[in-house]
Amino acid sequence: MALLLNEDEKMLQESAQGFFAEKAPVSQLRTLRDNNDEIGFSKSLWKEMAEMGFTSVLIPEEYSGVDMGFMAAGLISEEMGRNLTASPFLSSAVLAVEALKAHGNTEQKSKHLPSIGAGKTLFALAIDESNKHNPAEISLTATPSGNGFKLNGYKTMVVDGHVANHIMVIAKTDESMSVFIVPNETKGVEIERTIMADSRNAARISFDDVEVTGEQILGNVGDGDKILDTVLNAGRAILAAEMLGASSQVFEHTNTYLRERKQFGKIIGEFQALQHRASHLYCELELARSAVFSALTALDDGADNAGAIVGMAKAKLGSVAKLAALEAVQLHGGMGMTDELDIGLYLKRIRVAQELLGDSDFHLEQSARHKGY
Amino acid sequence: MSELEKFRETTKAWLAKNCPPEMRKPMRSEKDACWGGRNWVFQSADQKLWLERMAAKGWTAPSWPQKYGGGGLSRSEAKILQQEMNAIAARNPLHSFGIWMLGPALLEFGNEEQRLRYLPEICRGEIRWCQGYSEPNAGSDLASLATKAEDKGDHYLVNGQKVWTSYADQSDWIFCLVRTDNTGKKHYGISFLLFDMASKGVSTKPILLISGRSPFCETFFEDVKVPKENLVGERDKGWSIAKYLLTHEREMIGDYGAVKPLSEIIADNGYTPNPILRAKIAEFEIDAWAFAQTMSRMLMEAKAGVSLGAKSSMLKYYGTELNKRRYELMMDLAGHDGLEWESERSNDGHLARSWLRTKGNTIEGGTSEIQLNIISKHILQLPGA
Repeated sequence: MALLLNEDEKMLQESAQGFFAEKAPVSQLRTLRDNNDEIGFSKSLWKEMAEMGFTSVLIPEEYSGVDMGFMAAGLISEEMGRNLTASPFLSSAVLAVEALKAHGNTEQKSKHLPSIGAGKTLFALAIDESNKHNPAEISLTATPSGNGFKLNGYKTMVVDGHVANHIMVIAKTDESMSVFIVPNETKGVEIERTIMADSRNAARISFDDVEVTGEQILGNVGDGDKILDTVLNAGRAILAAEMLGASSQVFEHTNTYLRERKQFGKIIGEFQALQHRASHLYCELELARSAVFSALTALDDGADNAGAIVGMAKAKLGSVAKLAALEAVQLHGGMGMTDELDIGLYLKRIRVAQELLGDSDFHLEQSARHKGY
Repeated sequence: MSELEKFRETTKAWLAKNCPPEMRKPMRSEKDACWGGRNWVFQSADQKLWLERMAAKGWTAPSWPQKYGGGGLSRSEAKILQQEMNAIAARNPLHSFGIWMLGPALLEFGNEEQRLRYLPEICRGEIRWCQGYSEPNAGSDLASLATKAEDKGDHYLVNGQKVWTSYADQSDWIFCLVRTDNTGKKHYGISFLLFDMASKGVSTKPILLISGRSPFCETFFEDVKVPKENLVGERDKGWSIAKYLLTHEREMIGDYGAVKPLSEIIADNGYTPNPILRAKIAEFEIDAWAFAQTMSRMLMEAKAGVSLGAKSSMLKYYGTELNKRRYELMMDLAGHDGLEWESERSNDGHLARSWLRTKGNTIEGGTSEIQLNIISKHILQLPGA
């Protein structure tokens, strides 16, 4: 298993580091927030990400992508996490691309993949219906009607649902699950933008007798479980990578502060109580990096147990990233509570990212089940 | 087939033929661990045979050069050997501080004469070594050690006391930190000496621990004569050897090798643990997995030429804390059975005694707090650490 980066990946990492630090630093998120931006991310940034090939990192070459694999996608996500970059990377370039790639028919792939890669089309994946991620409990229903189906039900926490041109909806079809591609302006689709604590966006979407044709089914009727497997693994690994970036960066801020702030006539980093907290966190972050690299590698290798490994990584990152954020606030003292510093922005993003697609408790539970207890 | 694949095939075949069946069974007690040495009493003919066969291949110290009794294997080959041994649950043929600690120090700092004299007999398990580091007033603050070695022309005269000397009462020789100069800073004036525990003036006294066992001793030196040629490296500059050895020890301590996953223990028990314990186990297993991945990643980095440096403190800290957690959970899972101390059924209280033994993991070889200090200073570069 490759837990070290190869030369191509190192080059990509370097270019992503430079790109996001320059084009999408934390100040960009602040501006978007303070200006009550209409969509909550920068369209010109998204266009530049497309030019860099970031949006098509998982798209095969035959659909005009750069096809660099999950480790590469993870490195991009890590840098976005570091800079708290707001973009539809997860929803469109990862979740939608993986779903289309693995399960779409040729027509669907040719129609959507190049367009997503070019930064023109945005997708959102609508899975969850309640307060906690629970893909096993879907009640939005697709009932046969004429040549197609009618969708009825409700989705929440649809990341980027407020801007997506197409919603990928997980629905119940009889005993099985299926996925439908629904254009956002379809009759009966009502989208409410929800600005979240991290100043990024999701949507609550209701479906009221929404008519869809058979052609709008992704793959075949009953493919829903397979599709979920694919997209959830990808999404969770990429979120874990984002949390790795965010937590590493907030830890760096903390460490810098420990070396600068003076109290009692001393640099506070001289106090052993604080040193030990920082050192423990350092160890946790090293474990977190190993977990993320293992997950991305397992996906790239198509390992049989990739799902289990990704779940463990998401669980580990959820708890380590939270710890990094909480320690950052506490060790910054009162300053950590101010909006002036970026620490709170990291705390908020990590809170959202660890919740998305299953928090640590969810994945611990899954992992225990998988291991037979 | 690549060279490594071929090596795997021949290794697998050799192990299948040469590892006695008895040596593939889990160890029942500490006595099943073979330590060798002048006074070792083999527990069985198979234990002796396994040691002899492995030593003949040089595989008690697989990666040491062959001229010193090792196997001359590359890191990759040594890893394959370990994997294939794990695959048939083969026991380690020889537990040895000579292999784990002294050997690497001699390979790095010893002269050729010392290497040729000591390493082959270490590999064959003929001489059992102990480590004379800690003293009553030099524990975490090891460099303030005071055991004195006076220059008497052709020999050193050693006087003082060591403590926490592992298995000193059963060992043949000691590698020992002594003070040859006390005029400068405390890190200066420390020297690294080797001497026979049968020398006149050496005595040991076992320390009874909470486990009811005595793996450690107090060790006393009274006018012990040590020949000059038994000095390793430069006189007064032994601290760098001491540090090197501690780093090496830390890398090793963090790794508890192949242990039975808790999920398998649950399966064997045949009942589902209470949900709160179940959650703790699930959390532990993910941490243990992430730690194992980190060990692999560090190994790959080392192979790619990046020195582990102070990261060994991370491995020591996290690995030992994890091991303590593991044993707490094993005790939780075992419940009443785990508390039996003397029955045959409990193998003489093996689990309970092992659980108590793990409490020392985060103390020996530098406490967890010392490791965190090292990380603060050398990795995070915090001031005054």
